[in-house]
This record gives sequence, C-alpha cells and structure tokens, in this order.
Amino acid sequence: MIKQYFLNTWSGIWTVLVGMKITFKHLFTPSVTIQYPDVKVELPERSRNRLYVNMDDCIGCDQCARACPVSCIEIETVKSVPGDEVGKTSNGKKKALWVTKFNIDFAKCCCCQLCVFPCPTECIKMTSIYEFSEFERDNLLYNFATLTPAEVDEKKDSYAKLEAEKAAQKAAAAAEPKPVAAPAPEKPKEESSNN
Amino acid sequence: MIFDWLSSLIGNEIIAGIICACLPLFLFILPFALVAVLMERKVSAHMQDRLGPMRTGYHGIIQTIADILKLFQKEDIMSNEVDKPLFNIAPVLTFIGSYAAFAAIPFTSNFIGTKLDLGIVYILGVSSFGVVSILMAGWSSNNKYSLLGAMRSAAQLVSYEIPTFLVVVTLITVTGTTSLLNLSEMQTGHFWNWMILGGPGLNLTKFLLIPFMIVGAVIVFISTLAEVNRTPFDVPEADSELVAGYYTEYSGMKFAMFFLAEYANMFAVSAIVSALFFGGYQSPFGYLGNLLGVSWLVPFEQLFWFTLKGCLFVFVQMWLRWTLPRLRVDQLMTLCWKYLIPFAFANLLIVGLLVVL
Repeated sequence: MIKQYFLNTWSGIWTVLVGMKITFKHLFTPSVTIQYPDVKVELPERSRNRLYVNMDDCIGCDQCARACPVSCIEIETVKSVPGDEVGKTSNGKKKALWVTKFNIDFAKCCCCQLCVFPCPTECIKMTSIYEFSEFERDNLLYNFATLTPAEVDEKKDSYAKLEAEKAAQKAAAAAEPKPVAAPAPEKPKEESSNN
Repeated sequence: MIFDWLSSLIGNEIIAGIICACLPLFLFILPFALVAVLMERKVSAHMQDRLGPMRTGYHGIIQTIADILKLFQKEDIMSNEVDKPLFNIAPVLTFIGSYAAFAAIPFTSNFIGTKLDLGIVYILGVSSFGVVSILMAGWSSNNKYSLLGAMRSAAQLVSYEIPTFLVVVTLITVTGTTSLLNLSEMQTGHFWNWMILGGPGLNLTKFLLIPFMIVGAVIVFISTLAEVNRTPFDVPEADSELVAGYYTEYSGMKFAMFFLAEYANMFAVSAIVSALFFGGYQSPFGYLGNLLGVSWLVPFEQLFWFTLKGCLFVFVQMWLRWTLPRLRVDQLMTLCWKYLIPFAFANLLIVGLLVVL
C-alpha cells in the first residue's frame, strides 16, 4: 500500500520527465511547415487545375463542350465563306470554322479533365495554375475566343450573305425543270468551299 | 530604494508613490507580456514541429503588438443577461490581484515595491485574490460554461494554496525570515548558496537539507503552476470542454486584461519560485560589477539574472503545457490532497527536525 503510493509518485514524476524529454527534442527538430505563398509544393504530375485553350489550334468541333459533365464550356461557331483565311492548326490542317465564342466558366468547372481527351487537336489542356480565386463570380467566366465582337458580326454577316446566295440559287434551281438533281451538285460544292 | 529616491527628486510622496507603482507595470509586466505571448506561441509551435507566427516582422516578432492593436479595435460585447457591475469589475480585479504581488517581489536589491517583512505571506495572500475575481467573472457572465470554470477554479486555487504555504513554512523554518528581500540577500555569492542546495553556510545540515529542498522546490513549482491555471491544471479555462472557462463571455480589452493578468501571474509565480529556491536576483557566479569595481553595474546584473530566472521558469511552464494533457477534476484533487500535501507535510517535519538538530 505504502510502497504502491511511492511507486505512483515516482512513476508520475518519471513519466512527466520522459514526456518533457520528447517535447524538448521536438523543439529542435526542423519544422514541417511550408510557408505557402513564398514556398509552394511542387504539384504532382498530371495534376488537374485550370484549363487552357490554345485558340490557334482550336477547330471549333465542340467535342469538349459535349464531353463536359457540368456544361461549363460554351462554344459558338460560324462557318467560313470561300476566300476566308481561318488559318491552319499546328499539325497542318486547314480550319473550317470561325470560333466566335469559347467560354469556360471556372465557377462550374470540376477539373475532371474529361474535355481534354476528346480534343482532336489537343488544344484544350490542364495547366498548373490553381490560384485564380475572384471576388466576383462573373470574373471566373473565361473568354478564350480571339475574335473581337465586330469581327464576329462581320463573319456572321458574310455567312448569312452566303446562305442567302445559296437560297437564291436553290430557289432558282427549283424553278428550273430539273428539281431532283439540283441539290446533289450543291453539296460537294459547299464542302469544297468550306475546306 | 526607488521610492525614496523619487520622493526626494519630486518632493511629493503621493506622486512619487504613483510613479513607483506604475514602474513595474510599464517597465516590466507589459514588455514581459509582449515577449511571453510571442514566446508561448513560438515554443508551442516548435514543440509541435510548426513555425508559429512568421509573417509580421522577422519571424513574427511584432505579432503580439499587432494582436494588441487588434484587441484595441474590438467591440466591447456584453450580453443582455450579464450582471453588469460585476462583469466590468472582474477583469480589473484579476489584474489587480496579480499586479499587487509585484509590490513585494524584489527585482534587484534596490528595486522592490515595498520592503515588506511579511513579503512572501503578502504575496500568497493577494494571489488568492484571483479566486474572487474569477468567481465574479464566472458568475456575472450568466453562462453555464463560465460558471463551471469559475467553480472549478475556486476549488483548485483553494486546494493548491495549502501545499504552497506548507513549503513556504518549511523555508521560513530554515531561514527564519518571511521577507523576500532578506531571503534573496541570504542566498548571495554563488549558486551553492541557493536554498535548493541547502542555503548559505557550509555544515552538515546544509547537505542533509538538499534532497528535502529539491522536493520542496518541485512541490512549490507544481502547486504555483496550478494556482495560475496553466496546463496541465487548466480545468477552469479548459478550451476543449468549457469554451474558455470563466472568460468565455469577454471580448476586446476586457479579455486582454485577463490575458495580461495570466502572464503577469506566470511571471510572479516564477519569480517567487526563483526567489525562494534559486537565489532570486542573485547571480550564480558572482558579479562582474564587484569584480571590476563598478558598483552601479550590480543592480543591472541583478535585474538581468532575475529576468533570466523568471523567463526560465516561464519557459518550463510552457514546456509542461505542451507536454502534459489536462488533468481531470478528480485527478487534480487527488494530486493535491493525496500527494502534494502529505509530501509537503513530511518535508516540513523532516526539515524542522533537521533545523532543530
């Protein structure tokens, strides 16, 4: 009984000293803190953050927008008219569409990377930027399209003019005696002009 | 004495008294609290392998000043149901309790608030003043957590005063003085004259006293630690169970008052332990001033050693805080009544016998 009492006292003091030894050791171990804005952890390979679209390569195929599970990508295109120089992608293919609108709403984006895989020209891709918070939600709507509004209107007008011409031709063809064969030569013509 | 010097300089005892009373506050407690809060944060951080405040100034050295500026700006929130007079008085009273103790603490051989012959008894008396203000704060807050904290605090402080006093009585039987100034003066010379090593003089009694003095020092350290409500004895303000204990309802400067009182108390207690057992303001190796023949240097050296010893014990308190988990209320009482008090009593008896022999 008495012996147990002194043993208790001793073990009490001893365990406190053991604990103090441990904490004292930790006082001099280097800290594990990373001073975040000054020092950043290197992101893992294939980490998914903010998207980037290389508009030079984009052909406006809309596949990324269709793959997106949260519908955060909005694409509008206008067909080019014959004589327009839309440019070439980096693998040498001629582009056919004017991309008049390419918006990605990062407020909605869930960084799933599903839009990246279907892209035929590999122009939409993940970057390593993850610090893009904003005070206004609207500021998270990123506009990647390179055309100015005036240019967009111009492209739309020229395409509408082309359509109108075609409709006129069609009407003229319909008025002519050969109604069945008339649309058939139209199509390849349209394709060739687009390419 | 500072007071005599000031009253002869100014020629008015009241003004001199007021200045004298403010000196430890502005020269010592406030700077100490500034340093100690930062020290606490740094020590706790490094013990947990963190860095602590790093962004305000070099390694966060002006963090406390920034915190104080923030506290000044804070709205003084008071809930409708509080007992307003008591609620407002309590933080001031807490601070008075801890500040009054500084009146009898000898900072150097020249700088002591009053030369009280009953210094140590007076300090123990005013430090129990804290119970009143803590109960006041807890009761007037009209909050169950505050009241629980206050009740626990009252039980704890009343219990732990007993071992403290028993050890002090032990020291009084050895030294025959209750004045902290005389006690510190006795332990002059080198560190082997300190009370922890049996006190001044070189005889058989001194060597027989050493183990009992060490036991006494440990007991008085533990019980004073409990009196300032620090972890592992922080049941009155147990963050994880009682929000913040008796000062849950306080905000802004009133909260800062409690905080300041806590740090002032920590230092007061450390100063008492060092004055009782570790030579107070006395240097362990003799004085450079005496060696060089410049006597004006001695008080500054004494202040240095006093601050150093105080800070050392404050560091040990922080060290314990980040080492030990909180005691349960029953364990707290067990430690006090079943362990500290019997040991202190046995210590008192044996030391008494040794002194008589």
